[in-house]
Amino acid sequence: MTSEQGPYLFLTLLGVAALLFALTPLALAWLWARVFSPAKPGLDKNSIYECGLESKGDAWVPFRSEYYLYAIIFLVLDVETLFLMPFAVSFSGLSTGAVLAMLVFLLLLVEGLVWAWGKGVLNWK
Amino acid sequence: MDEQLRHELGRQGIFVTTLEELYNWGRKNSLWPLGFGLACCAIEMIATSMARFDLARFGAEVFRPSPRQADLMIVAGTVTKKMAPQVVRLYNQMAEPKYVIAMGACAISGGPFKQGYNVLKGIDRYLPVDVHIPGCPPRPEALLDAFMALQQKIAQQSLTGEHRPRHLRADVPGEFPVPVFGAHDLQPPSNPQVWSAPQMRRGEGA
Repeated sequence: MTSEQGPYLFLTLLGVAALLFALTPLALAWLWARVFSPAKPGLDKNSIYECGLESKGDAWVPFRSEYYLYAIIFLVLDVETLFLMPFAVSFSGLSTGAVLAMLVFLLLLVEGLVWAWGKGVLNWK
Repeated sequence: MDEQLRHELGRQGIFVTTLEELYNWGRKNSLWPLGFGLACCAIEMIATSMARFDLARFGAEVFRPSPRQADLMIVAGTVTKKMAPQVVRLYNQMAEPKYVIAMGACAISGGPFKQGYNVLKGIDRYLPVDVHIPGCPPRPEALLDAFMALQQKIAQQSLTGEHRPRHLRADVPGEFPVPVFGAHDLQPPSNPQVWSAPQMRRGEGA
C-alpha cells in the first residue's frame, strides 16, 4: 500500500470487510427465511407473556418510586460490608491517617443510616 | 446424487452435500428443548441432560426457559386437564420449526392415571406429536433413543415439494386451537386436525 493512496485506505478496506463479515450471515438468514420459511404470527405467538397463561391487564403498570429508599439503605449497608471487611483484616497494619480516613468514610455511611432512620423508613408497618 | 458415487468420493476425501442436507444437519443437531416438566418423567429428563447421560452430545442440552427460544417440547409427565391449555399455548408460542416428544405412558395415553377424571388421555389429542416414548417413566436411554429418532426424522425432511414439513408451508397455520378448561371437560375434548379416536373393528384378527 503506497502512501499517496492515503493512510486511511487500509482502515477503510478493513472496515468494509468487517462490515461484510457481520452482515453477510444476517443477509443470508434473512434471504433463507424469505425463500423457504414463512412467518406465521398468531394471537398466542404474539402475546407478551410466556408461561402458558393468558396475560391479564397492561404491562405499563405504575411502579412505586418510594422503593428508592430501600435501594439507598441497601447501598449503605452493602458498601459498608464491602469496605469494612478488608479494613478489619488489615486493621493492625494501618497508619493513623488510614484509620482516620476509614472512620470518616464510616461516618458518611452512618449519616445515611441516621437520615433514613429519621425519615421513618426503618419502621415496619 | 448417486449414493455409490458419493461414498466413493467420500473415501477419496471429497465431501459432497446438498443445501437440504446441510440445513437438516444443522437443525437436527441444535434442538433446543423447552425447559418444563409436568411430573416424574421430568426427573428422568433432567437426568438425561446431566453428565451421566449427557444430552449435550446431541446438541440439545440448552433447555430454554422461554418458548420463543425453544423448538422442541418434551411433554414429560401427566398432562392434567387443567394443565393442557397451558401446554398447548406454550406450544403455540414456540417458533417454527417445532417438534414434540411425548415422554412416558401418561403423556402418550394417560398412563396409570388414564381412568382419572382430571387426566388428559394423551397430549396427542391436541398437539402433533413426533415421537412417542412408552415407559413409566422411560429411562434416559429411551429419551436419547427418541431424540435420535427425531433427528432421523428431521434429517429426512425435504426442503421443497409436496411433502415438505409444516413449517415450510405458508398455508398451514403454526398455531393449534387452545382447549378451554370447562366445567366438565376440556372444550373441545380433542383437536380433530391432529387426532381422531381409533376405530375398533370387530371380527378382524389382531
